[in-house]
Amino acid sequence: MAYKPPKQSFAGQIFDVITLLVLTVGALYLPLYLGLAGAAKTPAPIANPTWEALGQNATEQQQWAALGVTDPAAANDIITARFDYSFSWMALVVMAILVIGYFVLVVRLSDKEYRDVIAERFGVKKR
Amino acid sequence: MVDTKTASGQPERLQLLRVLGPAHIWALGVGIVLVGEYMGWNFAVGKGGMIAGLIACWVAGLLYTCVAMIDSEVTSTVAAAGGQYAQAKHIVGPLMAFNVGLFLVMAYTMLEAANAITIGFLLDTVAGMQGHSGLHQQPFIVLCVMFLAWLNYRGVLATLTFNLVITAIAFMAIIALFLSVQFGVSSVPLDFSAVTTDPMPYGWIGILASLHFGLWYYLGIEGTCQAAEEVRSPARSLPYGTMAGIMTLLIAATMTWYVCSGLIPWEYLGQAGTPLFDAARVTGNRGLMVLLFIGTMFSTLASANGCINDASRAWFSMGRDRYLPIWFGAVHPVYRTPYRSIIFLVPIALIFALGAPLDQVVTFSILSGLLGYTFMTFNMVMFRKKWPLDTIKRGYVHPMHPLPTIVLLILCATAYVAVFLGYGTQLIAMVSFYIIASLWFHFRRYRFVRRGDQFTMPWPRPEGY
Repeated sequence: MAYKPPKQSFAGQIFDVITLLVLTVGALYLPLYLGLAGAAKTPAPIANPTWEALGQNATEQQQWAALGVTDPAAANDIITARFDYSFSWMALVVMAILVIGYFVLVVRLSDKEYRDVIAERFGVKKR
Repeated sequence: MVDTKTASGQPERLQLLRVLGPAHIWALGVGIVLVGEYMGWNFAVGKGGMIAGLIACWVAGLLYTCVAMIDSEVTSTVAAAGGQYAQAKHIVGPLMAFNVGLFLVMAYTMLEAANAITIGFLLDTVAGMQGHSGLHQQPFIVLCVMFLAWLNYRGVLATLTFNLVITAIAFMAIIALFLSVQFGVSSVPLDFSAVTTDPMPYGWIGILASLHFGLWYYLGIEGTCQAAEEVRSPARSLPYGTMAGIMTLLIAATMTWYVCSGLIPWEYLGQAGTPLFDAARVTGNRGLMVLLFIGTMFSTLASANGCINDASRAWFSMGRDRYLPIWFGAVHPVYRTPYRSIIFLVPIALIFALGAPLDQVVTFSILSGLLGYTFMTFNMVMFRKKWPLDTIKRGYVHPMHPLPTIVLLILCATAYVAVFLGYGTQLIAMVSFYIIASLWFHFRRYRFVRRGDQFTMPWPRPEGY
C-alpha cells in the first residue's frame, strides 16, 4: 500500500520556511558577522618602506603605478600580508571526521529512505 | 514545452522540448563558468604565489575532467531535468537528493552574490579612475540582484539567449587581451621575475592551499547536465559539449593566468577584485580597458543571471517533490517561472553580497561545489553496482572506471585540506549547516514526501534491493 503523506498546513509551511532561513543565515552568515571566520591575511608592514625594500623591481613599480599606487607606503600592507598556515593536526583530524561523518550520516539515512522508495515502486522483495 | 495526449485521450505530463545540441551544452557550461576567469581565481595566487596559481589551475582542470567524465555517463542515462539532484534521487536516496539540491542552490546563490559584489567593486574602481572616489557600492549590488531576479521572474528564454551573446563577447575579450599583450600593445612589459625570485612564497604548503581557489576557474561546468531533458541526443551531446567546455576553459584559464601574472605584481593580484580589468589598466590602452570593463560586466551579469535561473529551479524542484514546503513548487500563472523560489532566494543572496567579503562568499560557493563533487564519486560506484553495464542502456560509458572516480576522490580530499588552510572555520560552518539541514529533513520533512514518486526512471529493480 502506497504511503500517503500528511497534508502540511499553511502555518507549518511558513514555519519550515523560517527554519530554513534562520538555518542558512545562522550557520553561514553569523560566523562571518561576528568575526569568527578565519582566513585573515595578516600584514607585517616594514618601517620606512621603499619599493626596493618591498622587493619590487623597476617593471613591477611601473605596474603598481599603472594600478594607481605610486607611494610604496600605500602598498606596504598588500605586499607584506601573508596567510598563517600553521595548524594543529588535531584540528585537521576533527575536520576530516566531520566531513566523512557527514557523508556517512547522509548515505546511511538515505539508504533507509531509499528502501521505502524501492519497496513502493517495485513492491516488497520476496525472500 | 509540448502537451501530448495518450491513446486514451488523457493529457500527459508536459515535456520539455529536445532542441539542444553539443554547441548549446558547450555554451551553457562555459557561460556560467567564464566569470571564474574574471574574478576569484586569483585568490589562488594570493594563497600560494604565481607558480601555485598555475599548478592549481591545471590540477583543478584534472579534477573537473574527472567530474565531466563521470557526470557524462550518469547524466546521459538519468536524462532528467535537475541534473545531479535527479541522479541522487534515483541512485542514493531522498536525503542525498535533498543535500545535492542544497549544494546546487548554495553554490549558485553564493556565486550570484560574488558576481554582485564584483559589479559593485568594478563600478567603484572605474568611478575612482574618473575622479569620483568613495562610490557607494551597495545600491548597485541591490539593483543588480533585483533586476536579474525580475528578469528571471518575467521569463527566461530571451534572457538566456542574450546570455550566450554576452558570454561570447566576454570570452573574446580575454583572447583580445592575450593577443594584444603578445603583439606589444601594453605600455608596461610582461614581467615574470617573481617566478624566479619568489617562486613559492609559502613553500609546498602554499601550492596545496592554492587548489582551494583553483576550483573557481571551472566551478559550475557540471551545470551542463541541468539541460539533460532538453538535449536532442544526450549520449552524444552531453559528453562532447561538456568535455569541449572543459578544454575551452583550460585554455582560457591558462591565458588568463599568463596575462595577469605577467602584468600585475603577484601580491596585488592575490587580492584583486577584478584581475583581468586590472591587467587591462596596466597596459595603459584605453580600448582594452573599455573592452575588459565590458567583459567583466557581461561575464558577471551572465553568470549571475544563470545562477538565479539554476538555483531557483533546484529550489523549485525540491518544493515540487515536497522536500521543501510545496509552496515553493508553484509556477507563475502567466510567466511560467518558479517565481516564489526566485523571490525567496533574493534576500539570501543580498545578505551575503552586502555583508560578506568576496573571498568568503567565493569559499562558500566552492565548498558547496566540492561537496557535490565528493558525492559524484560514491554515486558513480553505486550506479555501476546497482545497475551493472549490461542491465540498462547507457548513453555514454566513461572509460577506465574506477580510475577517474579514485582520482576525483583524492583530489577532493586534497581540496578539503586546501580550504582548511586559511578557511577552516568556513568549512566547519558549512558542513555543520548541511548536517543540521539533513537531520531536519530526515526527522521532520521526509514524512511529507511521496515515496514511490521519487523513482521515475524505467529501470529494473536495483541490485541488492
